[in-house]
Amino acid sequence: MRYGAVTAVDGLDLTIDTGTITAVLGPNGAGKTTTLETCEGYRRPQAGSVRVLGLDPVTQRRELLPRIGVMLQQGGAWSGVHAMEMLRHVAALHSHPLDVDLLGERLGLGDCGKTPYRRLSGGQQQRLGLAMAVVGRPELVFVDEPTAGLDPQARRTTWDLLRELRTSGVTVVLTTHYIEEAERLADRVHIIDRGRLVVSGTPAELTGNGVRRLEDVFLDNTGRPLA
Amino acid sequence: MSLAGHLDLSPAPGAAPLATQVRAQAAMELRLLLRNGEQLLLAVVIPVLVLVAGVVGADRIGLDLAHRAVDELTPGVLALAILSTSFTSVAIATGFERRYGVLKRLGATPLPRAGLLAAKVVALLVVEAIQVVVLSCVALLLGWSPTPGVVGVLAFVLAAVAGTAAFVSLGLLLAGTLRAEATLAAANLIYLLLLAGGAVVLPSSSYGGFGEVARWLPSGALGDAVRRAFLDGALDGRALVCLFLWAAAAGLLTARTFKWE
Repeated sequence: MRYGAVTAVDGLDLTIDTGTITAVLGPNGAGKTTTLETCEGYRRPQAGSVRVLGLDPVTQRRELLPRIGVMLQQGGAWSGVHAMEMLRHVAALHSHPLDVDLLGERLGLGDCGKTPYRRLSGGQQQRLGLAMAVVGRPELVFVDEPTAGLDPQARRTTWDLLRELRTSGVTVVLTTHYIEEAERLADRVHIIDRGRLVVSGTPAELTGNGVRRLEDVFLDNTGRPLA
Repeated sequence: MSLAGHLDLSPAPGAAPLATQVRAQAAMELRLLLRNGEQLLLAVVIPVLVLVAGVVGADRIGLDLAHRAVDELTPGVLALAILSTSFTSVAIATGFERRYGVLKRLGATPLPRAGLLAAKVVALLVVEAIQVVVLSCVALLLGWSPTPGVVGVLAFVLAAVAGTAAFVSLGLLLAGTLRAEATLAAANLIYLLLLAGGAVVLPSSSYGGFGEVARWLPSGALGDAVRRAFLDGALDGRALVCLFLWAAAAGLLTARTFKWE
């Protein structure tokens, strides 16, 4: 994937197993979001091929969209909309949505009341984003930095929900630059840098069963001098 | 499994029927529009003020009109209301939908683009219908006595549809290329310029030499078409063709330039 002269993702080759949590880990600007958005069908790759649930995300997007859930890194709601109103709306676009009140309660959105979206805290906006991604009961969810800027409690709530999704048979693909998040949640970790896959494996494989810290593996593989 | 309090996350994907999706989206758009104070100001308060001020002040400023002031001004104000909703409101709302990633987010739901556009049109038509009812009531209180007949009413509906098509296309053209703040400023500025000099409230004939230009603007064409419908109970073919040409040109340009995020 190139943007003008900048190559954001270059010859990235990965396969995701169903029913697992996969973390795409990388420093800022590594190409994590571009990778996700290519899978979601927002971007057409200039070379190579992408298949999601066996479908081409661009040409078969209409078939694919009901089956996947997408959490954007930020935004995604009208500035004047209420949290539960927005969630209820996205639910109404699906055939068998989750119980909106239960989901809202679980993610602590129930008490946002009539506060317009633009005045919700960053954490509340994040959790609404996650709720919108899962409310349609997808087979596969893409979550882009789901816990960026969350307090420890909200982070724990998010992790619990992602684990529960896996238990229920949902495949989860998440991007993160929090090493701890990848280590705790993921069945497989792919570390990417400058648009290329540098190393992948289970957290145990990458750390040699805990001999090395994942952070060191990450730093060794994504090293670049600070400008 | 539906134990009380238990969230069943197991996959059950699927899109709601398209009609259900469009209805939900239209209801949402309408709620947000009606919740937005500035939009209501633009949609109802300003046209009502223009109408009342125009009718009350017509004698004093000596407007040279061919008909009674209220009969001449009411169609113009109806045209202004259509302009404000289909151009200014659409441009501003769409600009901020792009900015806040709403269009991107909706792009990841089962709602197709055509469904989104259909829902926007439905919400728009509902708002315009409310505007027409409110403004007509105010005008009737001011002594408006329209005799459009069946042809005139049909001509008005056609003018409203053609005008809406032209102005929505122009509004989307603006919102799809500029930043949200620039869209906000430009949409309001253009609204004011057309209100003052676009032959929408007053007939193009009252603008002297510039009237020849103004009647080919979408504002002038819409104003002329609505006036013709209510004053003569007739269809203004030139104005309607002019509006459809604006709609086609702006629509084509929008389709080529519109950026969803």
